[in-house]
Amino acid sequence: MLEVRWHGRAQQGVVTAAKVLGETCLRSGKYVQAFPEFGPERMGAPVKAYNRVSDEPIKMHCSVANPKYVLIADPTLIGMSLAGGMETSGGVTEGTPEDAVFIVNTPKSPAEMRTALELDGKSAKVFTVDASQISIDKIGRHIPNTPMLGALAKATDMVTLEDLIDDFKVNYAKKYSEAVINGNVEAMKSGYESISEG
Amino acid sequence: MTDKNGNEEYPIGGVILDGGNADGYETGGWRKLKPVLDKEKCTNCLICWVMCPDSAIIVEDGKLVGFDMEHCKGCGICDVECPDKINAIKMVSEEEAD
Amino acid sequence: MAIENAKEAQVGLTGNSAVALAMKQVNPDVCPAYPITPSTAIIETFSSYVADGEVDTELITVESEHSAMSAGIGAAAAGARVMTATSAQGLALMWEMLYIASGMRLPIVMTNVNRALAAPINIHCDHSDSMGARDSGWIQLYSETVQESYDNVLMAVRIAEKVKLPVMVCLDGFITSHAIENMETINDADVQEFVGEYEPETSLLKESELPATYGAMSLPDSYMVFKKQQSEAMSGAKKVVEEVSAEFAQKFGREYGLLDSYELDDADVAIVIFNSATGTTRVAVDELRKEGHKVGVLRIRLFRPLPHAEIAEALKGLKAVACLDRVDSFNDFGGPLFNEVRSSIYDLEERPKVISRIYGLGGRDYKVSDARSVFEELLGIVETGTVKEITKYITI
Repeated sequence: MLEVRWHGRAQQGVVTAAKVLGETCLRSGKYVQAFPEFGPERMGAPVKAYNRVSDEPIKMHCSVANPKYVLIADPTLIGMSLAGGMETSGGVTEGTPEDAVFIVNTPKSPAEMRTALELDGKSAKVFTVDASQISIDKIGRHIPNTPMLGALAKATDMVTLEDLIDDFKVNYAKKYSEAVINGNVEAMKSGYESISEG
Repeated sequence: MTDKNGNEEYPIGGVILDGGNADGYETGGWRKLKPVLDKEKCTNCLICWVMCPDSAIIVEDGKLVGFDMEHCKGCGICDVECPDKINAIKMVSEEEAD
Repeated sequence: MAIENAKEAQVGLTGNSAVALAMKQVNPDVCPAYPITPSTAIIETFSSYVADGEVDTELITVESEHSAMSAGIGAAAAGARVMTATSAQGLALMWEMLYIASGMRLPIVMTNVNRALAAPINIHCDHSDSMGARDSGWIQLYSETVQESYDNVLMAVRIAEKVKLPVMVCLDGFITSHAIENMETINDADVQEFVGEYEPETSLLKESELPATYGAMSLPDSYMVFKKQQSEAMSGAKKVVEEVSAEFAQKFGREYGLLDSYELDDADVAIVIFNSATGTTRVAVDELRKEGHKVGVLRIRLFRPLPHAEIAEALKGLKAVACLDRVDSFNDFGGPLFNEVRSSIYDLEERPKVISRIYGLGGRDYKVSDARSVFEELLGIVETGTVKEITKYITI
C-alpha cells in the first residue's frame, strides 16, 4: 500500500489534489482513500490531505503516519513544527521513511530544498517544481495543485499524466468551464515537464 | 378489544382515528353549578349557543330547548352572556335544582 | 462526483456524497434541512438534486434543528416519507422532538454524522451525539465505511417503515463523511424497487380515513400501554433488521448482520467497537494473528435495539474483552458500549474479563498501534488473570 501526504494552505487546493489523485487511481482499478485533515478552516491556515492506494481493499481509517510520498504545496510550511491543521500535526518530514519522496513547490533547486528539509546525506529523494508560477501562467490564479499532480506523475509511477488528464476532464467538466479545464490540463503537463530532481 | 395480555388494544403511536370524539367524553361530571332556563324570559337570541364552550346548548327549530347535561361543565358562561335585561339563565347548585 | 472504475463498476465517493446519493435514489417526499458540519455536504448535495429537479422532494429550509425534526414529524404524520441529516449540536437541539418522533411511531430516516458535543467546541468525530440519543426510541445503525453508510441509509427506509420507528444511521464525521473510498452504487430502478412505495396504515392525509388526531395526550391510564407497545416494537426491530439485511444481501450481494465478527471463532481476546475504527482494529488483528496471537474484533452495527443475546453468543468462550467507546458517560464507570456489553454477557456461565477504554474523543486519531496496545493489555490480563484498570482513557 502506498501512502501520500499533502501539505498546503487552505485555498491552495491540496484537498482537491488528493481527491483527483484518488479518483485517478480508482479508475485504474486500485482501492483508494482520499481524505483531508481540517483544522481552523481559514484561508492561509495549514491543511493536510492524505491518500492511500492499494491493490487490496483498505481497512484502516486512521491518518497517514508514514507517507512515502510528501507533496508540499507551500514551501513556507517547511521548518514549521505545526505544518498541518491540528496541534498534533508535526512537521512536513514527520514520520517519513528513509526512501521517502518529497515534491516541493518552489523556484529553488532541489539541493536547496534538501538542506531546508534537513535531509542532507539522507537517501530520500527531493524534487522541485515551480507550481505557483505555472498555475499563474496557465490558470491565471495561484492554485498550485494541478502542476504538482503533473510533477507527481513524472517523479513516481503512481499515476500516468494521461490518466490524470483523462480523470480531470471527465470529472470536472460539470464543475468548471472549458477554459478552466484546459488551463489545468496545461498546468499538469507543465508540472510534468518542468520538475527537477536533486 | 383486548390484547393477549388483557390490555385494552390501543392504536399504534396514540393515533385517534375518529373525528369529533369529544362527544364521547362526558364532561358533565365536572359540574358544580348547573344552568336553569326560564323559558318565559328567553327571547331565543342564542348568544348562549354561540358562546358555550362545550356545545351544550340544545337548539331545535331556532329555539333554545335545554342543556346537554352530559357535556355541560357548569362554567356559567351562558348565564353571564345572557343579556342583563333578559336574564333567562341562572346557575344554581345541583341540589337546589332538584 | 462519481467515477466509474472500468473493471469493477466502482466509484469513489465521500460518505456525505454517498448518503446524499442514497437519499436521491430513495426520492423522499419531504426533507427538512438545517445543515451542520460535518454533515453539511449531505444537505448541500441533496438540495442541488432538488434544485435540478432530479427528485420530487419538498425541501423545507427551517430555522433550527428543533424545527427540522418538528417539520419532519408533521410531514411523517401526514404520511410523507421523510429523510434528513444532522450532527452533534444539531442532534442535541432536536432532543425533545426525537422522543416525539419515536413515541408517535413515525418512520423518519435521519443520517447522523458523528461529531463531538461541545464544550469545548469541536467539529471532529466522536460518538457523544448519537450515544446521548441512544434511549430516545430511535433504531440506531452504525456504519464502518462509505459503502456501508450508503447501504444502511437504503435499508433504514425499509426497517423504519416496517417497524414504525425512526432510524438513525450513524457514520464517523470527517473520517467517513469526508473521505473518498471505493464503493459500488445500486442503480436508481433497483433502489426504487427495494424501498418500494410508502403506504402508511394511517396518516393525516389519507382520504379513506375519518379525521384523525395525532400526538394526543395520554394520562396514566394509557401512557404506559403506548410505551409497552413501543418497547415491543423496538424488540421486534432486531428481526426486521435481519430480514431487510438478508433481502439486501440477496439482491445486491453485500452482507450485513446485527454484529460483525472478525477472527472471533477461536479468539482469546477481542475488542468491541463501532464504526470506522473497526477497520483500523482489523489491521491490528491481522498483524497480531501473524505473530501467533488469537485476537479478534466485534463490531456493533445495530446498537438500538441492543442485540444482547447475539453479543453474549459472540463473546462466549473469550478470556478478556475491551470495549472501546468513542464517548464518555461521565459516570466513573466507562462508556455506554462497555456497560451494555458487560451486562449482556452477565448470564454466561464463564464470562470474559471486560475492560473499558475511551478513545478518539473530538477526532483524536486512533491508530493501528493504539489497537495493538489494547490487545497487548488484554493478552496480559489473560496471562496474569488480573485487571489493573477497568476503565481508562487511551490515545491521549
